[in-house]
Amino acid sequence: MSIATVVRKAPEPGPGPGSRIGADPDSDRPAESGLSVLRRGLRMTPEFTEGLIVTLLLAVVGTAGRIVVPLAVQQTIDRGLRADAGPDLTVVRTMAAVAALAVVVTAVSAYAMNVRLYRTSERGLSTLRVAAFRHIHDLSTLHQQSEKRGSLVSRVTGDVDTISRFIQFGGLLLIVSVGQIALVTVLMFVYSWQLTLLVWVCFAPLYFFMRAVQKRIAAAYSHVRVAMGRMLGAIAEPVVGAAIVRAHGIEERTAHRIDESVNAHRDAQSRAQLFVALTFPMGEFVVGLANGLVVVVGVWLGIDGQLSVGELVAFLFLVTLFVGPVQMGVEILNEAQNALAGWRRVLEVLDAEPDIADPGEAGEVLARGPVEVAFEHVSYGYPGGPRILHDVDVRLAPRTRVAVVGETGSGKTTFAKLLTRLVDPDEGRVLLDGVELPRVRFSSLRARVVMVPQEGFLFDATLRENVRYGRPDADDAAIRTAFVDLGLADWLGGLAAGLDTPVGQRGESLSAGERQLVALVRAYIADPDLLVLDEATSAVDPATEVRIGRALDGLTRGRTAVFIAHRMSTAESADEVLVFDAGKLVERGPHARLVGAGGIYTRLHASWTAQQKTAPHPR
Amino acid sequence: MKVSPVADKVVLRQGLRVLGVGIREEPRIFAAAVGASAVYGVMTVGSALVLGRVTDEVIIPAFRDGHTTAGALVGAFAAVFGIALLKAFGVIGRRLWAGVMQYRLQATYRRRVTRQYLRLPLAWHHRHPTGTLLSNANADVEAAWNPIAPLPMATGVVVMLFVAAISMVLTDWALALVGFVIFPAIALLNVVYQRKQGPLAMRAQELRADVAEIAHESFDGALVVKTLGRETEETTRFAAASGELADANIAVGRVRALFDPMLEALPSFGVLLVLVVGTVRVSNGDLAPGDLVQVAYLFTLLAFPVRAIGWLLGDMPRSVVGFDRVKGVLEAEGEHAYGTIEGGDASAGPARLEARAVRFGYTDGTDVLHDVAFDVEPGRTIAVVGPTGSGKSTLVSLLVRLVDPLDGGVLLDGTDLREYRRGGIAATAALVPQQAFLFDDTVRDNITLGLDLDDAAVHEALRIAQADFVTALPEGLDTRVGERGTTLSGGQRQRIALARALVRRPRLLVLDDATSAVDPRVEAAILHGLRDAGPATVVVVAYRKATIALADEVVYVEGGRVLDRGPHHELLDRSVGYRRLVNAYERAAREGADEDIDVSEAEEATAS
Repeated sequence: MSIATVVRKAPEPGPGPGSRIGADPDSDRPAESGLSVLRRGLRMTPEFTEGLIVTLLLAVVGTAGRIVVPLAVQQTIDRGLRADAGPDLTVVRTMAAVAALAVVVTAVSAYAMNVRLYRTSERGLSTLRVAAFRHIHDLSTLHQQSEKRGSLVSRVTGDVDTISRFIQFGGLLLIVSVGQIALVTVLMFVYSWQLTLLVWVCFAPLYFFMRAVQKRIAAAYSHVRVAMGRMLGAIAEPVVGAAIVRAHGIEERTAHRIDESVNAHRDAQSRAQLFVALTFPMGEFVVGLANGLVVVVGVWLGIDGQLSVGELVAFLFLVTLFVGPVQMGVEILNEAQNALAGWRRVLEVLDAEPDIADPGEAGEVLARGPVEVAFEHVSYGYPGGPRILHDVDVRLAPRTRVAVVGETGSGKTTFAKLLTRLVDPDEGRVLLDGVELPRVRFSSLRARVVMVPQEGFLFDATLRENVRYGRPDADDAAIRTAFVDLGLADWLGGLAAGLDTPVGQRGESLSAGERQLVALVRAYIADPDLLVLDEATSAVDPATEVRIGRALDGLTRGRTAVFIAHRMSTAESADEVLVFDAGKLVERGPHARLVGAGGIYTRLHASWTAQQKTAPHPR
Repeated sequence: MKVSPVADKVVLRQGLRVLGVGIREEPRIFAAAVGASAVYGVMTVGSALVLGRVTDEVIIPAFRDGHTTAGALVGAFAAVFGIALLKAFGVIGRRLWAGVMQYRLQATYRRRVTRQYLRLPLAWHHRHPTGTLLSNANADVEAAWNPIAPLPMATGVVVMLFVAAISMVLTDWALALVGFVIFPAIALLNVVYQRKQGPLAMRAQELRADVAEIAHESFDGALVVKTLGRETEETTRFAAASGELADANIAVGRVRALFDPMLEALPSFGVLLVLVVGTVRVSNGDLAPGDLVQVAYLFTLLAFPVRAIGWLLGDMPRSVVGFDRVKGVLEAEGEHAYGTIEGGDASAGPARLEARAVRFGYTDGTDVLHDVAFDVEPGRTIAVVGPTGSGKSTLVSLLVRLVDPLDGGVLLDGTDLREYRRGGIAATAALVPQQAFLFDDTVRDNITLGLDLDDAAVHEALRIAQADFVTALPEGLDTRVGERGTTLSGGQRQRIALARALVRRPRLLVLDDATSAVDPRVEAAILHGLRDAGPATVVVVAYRKATIALADEVVYVEGGRVLDRGPHHELLDRSVGYRRLVNAYERAAREGADEDIDVSEAEEATAS
């Protein structure tokens, strides 16, 4: 069962299967052909093809060195040792000097080729990596959430690495191998076509055998990868869930789960290794067979006068040159498949059309200042899911303080997402100062509209750097002022390292409430015209929350603020309350009017006040 | 990054020590692998010998005399093919056992490292970033045992070189001399290669990890990046790391470009030298042509395997670093020692809890809790109330012994927590943390955590936790919740975590703001339902009055100290901080109309 299925049916709606990046693994749609991936990939990364011809020529020259030795052996034997007038040292010396020169030339071209290859491929891959990274950020949150974090990360790391590995090792070897087989075959043919045929007959089955086995090996390694994924998950439990393991005393169970997955991974690896170990030495086997047959047939041909001793011996040297390419050829083809698959996955990311696109240069830049928001008959449902919001039609006046309330699943968070253009409506329009949101440039939109999400995610850096994330040019004075403005100077003062306090990964060195405080300051210092707080103070103590609320109230006089909250205290002091129920905007107006109207708000508020009243002791 | 010769020697010594550890762990498999590899080594030399003999005794006579015998041909074929067969078997054994040894070692050390994670106290966990611990168990273990794969091959090559040296000396001293120059040169060149390449490759590896880390963090915070419009800055940050990685890889490539062709050229030069020297020897009548062929062939055969020694040395620096890190975990001090007290006697009724002069601080030096003392009588409910960052979560983690106090102690049923056996506290007490952590598992397994509980009990716990949404999930209790429970909302995760605690029928229930992400209405139902959950002593961290109202008593914490304790009404009367905290909403509502904050603050001041 895919994650998407769970999400779709869960009350808090998430992305449906329609928004996944790339092909659904379960779908029957055939994957793009390797050639087409290659063509598109090369088009997107022009660095790869720059000067490719020269690199290839150098590779061919580099390969030529491989046949120097067998050729020299043959020459030495036939024209040196077995010269008619007894061993001829001059011939051998001259031949050796020429051969040595050839070896040097091939070494130099191999050097030049390698340097070029690394330079162009690494530069090209870096460009590709960065482009994919940027593109992932440009995708909508729905798109982003449809993939596991690790999978997104691997598109810009592991997947790109498979391409680089292939270009620098496999791809290179492929060229060299093909060149080598061609050259060796030509030389063999010059010596004896019969023996050439014999060698080919010996090696051809090896290729097909390897191909057949490679499928099994690939399957074995895919088991290894699956086992590895499970193992990594199990290993993470005592680390990520350390407190829970401790609190419930489930060390033994956890250890057992780890052992099982670690051993399964080990066994999968060993099994794959068995295949490789049994397959790989087939090369040695075939060389032995071929050499044995070459000797037998060669002697027979020699007696017949069709072959010299040198040529026969040279053949024995040349046969060795066949093993590598034939054996590696299959492995390389396999690697090529992996590289193409990796490339395809990266291209898929780049292909994924951002459903929430930046109009860019063509878009409008809105003037700063008090902002007016309008929802015109807006309806929305997550892809593949039921409708979440129905026909919301509302105008938020500039400089107002709006509270959005409703039960879990009533659609208030979706309202915030539409307001900040994290999603676009299915029907209707959302307007900012009369301009439809999709027409506003992102740079302008994000400067004017900032949302503070509930989680309070922080980057693994200091407090200062995290706050400056909201406004990169803010100096310490500005940051401190922001804390003072929000009534958080005391909290900041209580930290031993002050702004230098490291917040840890995801900000986890701070408590949930403290993270929210920092996230709030970060948004506040960005100085937007419309601030949307989605349960942004849910983990903060009431006194601090009220203080922040007041501070924002005082400071939001010039701006519009939208609070999405469980706690009704926010609603009480808001200029206007929007009440959502089952995806519909059912009531709106100031608290004073709604609270006595006997509707949904009255009920919500009553249950909240009941909680706030000090009840007599329960026992 | 430069590696001095001294450091090199140290790395070599340490690297060999790591290999020694590995061999002692798996002596039998190692012996098998090395044995097979020796067969491979001897047979490699043997195939050259056979070729020399075949040249001299079959090929040359046949060409000279114009005829040969079927026996000679069959013999030649059998010798050439037979040797190849034996060599192939050697390779099979070497590869198989080398792999098995490597994988067994990896598995053994992964198990040991994770055992340590489970054994070491949480305070130790707090000192080490999650990412580091994960890579200790994974990448570092792998790096530590990487040289095990080429080890048997390298050992076999040593045997091969030894046998080859003898055979060359026995064949001809002049050609042997060429070999003694060329093979050490190849081995040495490859050692230099690996040394140059090692640090560069390691740096590239580190940068690769950096790139992955930035991507991971950036995608983790994608919502923040998006809502603040920081895509371009993030891309710049990533592009810088990616560019560095590209440069590092190019540096690796440049070294490879330099050494690979040299390593290929060297044996070719050797063969050419053998041909020239050999021709001289043959013309002087000191050498048979077949011997010349044999030595030349040996050169081509040995050129590649000799490099295995370089591979082994090349893997060593990473292996040493990886093994050191792994050892760091395995030798980590910090016992979370356990006593012998059983705990978990359900018939004993609600637990009694006492904190005595507890002091606690994290490693950065400042104390988080100072002299905290309070007691809770069995069956009572106390609320721990205090502002954000006052140390409440730390306090509750001490109550169930996630961490130990620096001074003082926590007593459960009159016994210090440190005297309970492993699992003894968990059998008595259950904590529901602020951030609900779910395993990538089914809902049922997340609740039972391996306890043998029937579905009725699970459903009952879910009912009290107001987690009825589970029945609406596509596969009910069998629904998998995904990585860290990401398919569920925060409130849903919290309710499952609560059910997980309730299903254990704890005698002490500790709730750390465990319903913060739940609707007020649902929260009220949960709190109400807790009374049906069975008799328990309850400690609850709370802000909301409804939660506080459930408590018999309140412990008010501020700045890591217990400032006051007593029934809610009394605290309301005498504690200014407490009053301001819990009345914040009401006061805000009262003042909402006039918004005259200054006046209200003044009133507050007068009231105190």
